[in-house]
Amino acid sequence: MQKTTLGHLVAAALVATLISAPALAADTIKLGVAGPHTGDLAPYGLPSKDAAEMVVAEINAKGGINGKKVELMVGDDQCKPELATNVATKLVSEGVNIVIGHVCSGATKAALGIYKGAKIIAISPSATNPPLTKGGEYPNFYRTIAPDDDQAMLAAAFATDKLNAKKVAVLHDKGDYGKGFADFAKEAIEKGGKAKVVMYEGIQPGAMDYSAVIQKLNKEKADVLVFGGYHPEASKLLSQMNKKKIKVAFIGPDGIKGDGFLKIAGKDAEGVYATGPMDVSKYPLNGKVREAYKAKYGKEPGTFFDQAYAATVAALNAVKVAGGTDYDALGKALKSSEVETTVGKIKFNAKGDAEGVGFAVYQVKNGAFAEVK
Amino acid sequence: MDFEYLFELLCGGVVKGSIYALIALGYTMVYGIIQLINFAHGEIYMVGAFVALIITGILTLSGYSDSGLSVLVLAAVIAVIYAAAYGYTLEKIAYRPLRNAPRLSPLISAIGASIFLMNYVQLVQTPDFLPFPELVPEFEFMEPVSRFVSSVDMVILVVTALTMVALTVLIKYTKIGKAMRATQQDMVMARLVGINVDRVISATFIIGSVLAAIAGVLIASRTGQINSAIGFMAGIKAFTAAVLGGIGNIPGAVLGAMVLGIAETFGAGYISSAYEDVFAFGLLVLILILRPAGLLGKAVKQKV
Repeated sequence: MQKTTLGHLVAAALVATLISAPALAADTIKLGVAGPHTGDLAPYGLPSKDAAEMVVAEINAKGGINGKKVELMVGDDQCKPELATNVATKLVSEGVNIVIGHVCSGATKAALGIYKGAKIIAISPSATNPPLTKGGEYPNFYRTIAPDDDQAMLAAAFATDKLNAKKVAVLHDKGDYGKGFADFAKEAIEKGGKAKVVMYEGIQPGAMDYSAVIQKLNKEKADVLVFGGYHPEASKLLSQMNKKKIKVAFIGPDGIKGDGFLKIAGKDAEGVYATGPMDVSKYPLNGKVREAYKAKYGKEPGTFFDQAYAATVAALNAVKVAGGTDYDALGKALKSSEVETTVGKIKFNAKGDAEGVGFAVYQVKNGAFAEVK
Repeated sequence: MDFEYLFELLCGGVVKGSIYALIALGYTMVYGIIQLINFAHGEIYMVGAFVALIITGILTLSGYSDSGLSVLVLAAVIAVIYAAAYGYTLEKIAYRPLRNAPRLSPLISAIGASIFLMNYVQLVQTPDFLPFPELVPEFEFMEPVSRFVSSVDMVILVVTALTMVALTVLIKYTKIGKAMRATQQDMVMARLVGINVDRVISATFIIGSVLAAIAGVLIASRTGQINSAIGFMAGIKAFTAAVLGGIGNIPGAVLGAMVLGIAETFGAGYISSAYEDVFAFGLLVLILILRPAGLLGKAVKQKV
């Protein structure tokens, strides 16, 4: 008899908790921030935590969002996929509304399945693996950093749209970085259908002479040469092209966008295009936030700080616009409402990548790289 | 059949071949006299290029900016002197003590010298790539054909041809050449008839290093960049060319280099440049199977 009463009481208590849980959750907006906060990769995760804390503190000081305070929930995954699933499960069970993270692509992928099942949106400041958004598997995933293949797609788009190339030659130095860039660029050009890839080849890094490949470039009548690799080979190609008076527009990745290239290629560098990360320091919010960080912590903010700050701002803005934390409304808000952040004015495209974030095309003018407008 | 393209590739191949030949000549000469594969030859080539870069830098800083051939000649002469000193010293330190050691010992010593020189330059200069000025001016008379052969290409071709003839004359018709041949045939016997073998071998190394330095200056001014590692690839390609033509044989080195350069260029032009080195070394294997002594090499009977 007594046993039953106790059982009833426990059951009643449980029911009560279950009922009261959503009521409690409604009082605050629960913002999760997950990433490596300990271990080898902590330097990539801690700046995100700092950024989220700064945004949350500022918003709470102003009275919160729609009258509700923001509560920060921190999860450490050490960039390990197996820990990331634990962190995600814990955050979901504690009623998280939206997550900033994770940081590493592998850990992010592992956690995303759990968030997807619970209908929780995650915004990563740093997971650059292209399929995370482009694969379409995770509609709940957004990011404020450009995916790895964006650079190559930008180069491809620039070649076909701005330079009106019809025939594109793609060369690479057979290394991971150069070939990766070249492969993505080739794919993008072929998919775009505006130009043909007339030549796709690897060159021997360190070789003394590239005349054969340059003659071939000339024979194929390529308008644009997209090159994946680093500056020594790029300078050699350019110098030999100029000697043979073969004028083909040259586009390289951020591996050539630097002083090393300008120094070695000299006058051959003039007019060369290169893609490179966008300059975010020009945005007013960026400078202000970085100053505030320095004043508070006494050091420069670390890696992915800008992106994490932007992700947090975008997440909370979406909550404000959506008027709550409903999954569909939040998704709609993220995709439609533009917001001023540390990486510029952003909103997200249908796949979840931030628009207006990432890479820009630069051209060498008078011996220096200048952004092409 | 696109004959213009074929012709362009042929020109490119000949130029590339003459680049290899210029380095291979010194390589093969040293082997011809003392049967030592001087792996440090590529590094002497690199040192020559660095010295020339430093000299042009000093000349530019001191306001001497006559853009004609005088800078090239001055830089080349000083590079040659430096390289000769390096070659002489190298022989004294790394090879002379091993003269009577088993044949493998000087070979290993040569590899060691090569690694040492590469790292030495990397430490005292820089591991980065440096821009190398175009020391060979654009000749006006080359303008109509510059699409096929540029001025610097022409200079390399001419220097290669002259070097080949000069070396042949030196070895066949001069006193020191006679002494070199005698040393090559039998060191003990040469000594007995009054030849200063040590001096002959030093001279061989000095001539080899001079050629390497000239190659270094000309080729660096063509590629427009140098770093401490350029000697390695140059050495490998020159060695391949020398073996292809029959190591120790001077016209053979030029022929081997031309075959190598043309094969690489045609392979890259008609198939894919990704496999350039595959064509080069595949050809080497093929020729060594058919003619183990190389194209112009004489099969030497091993004395037992």
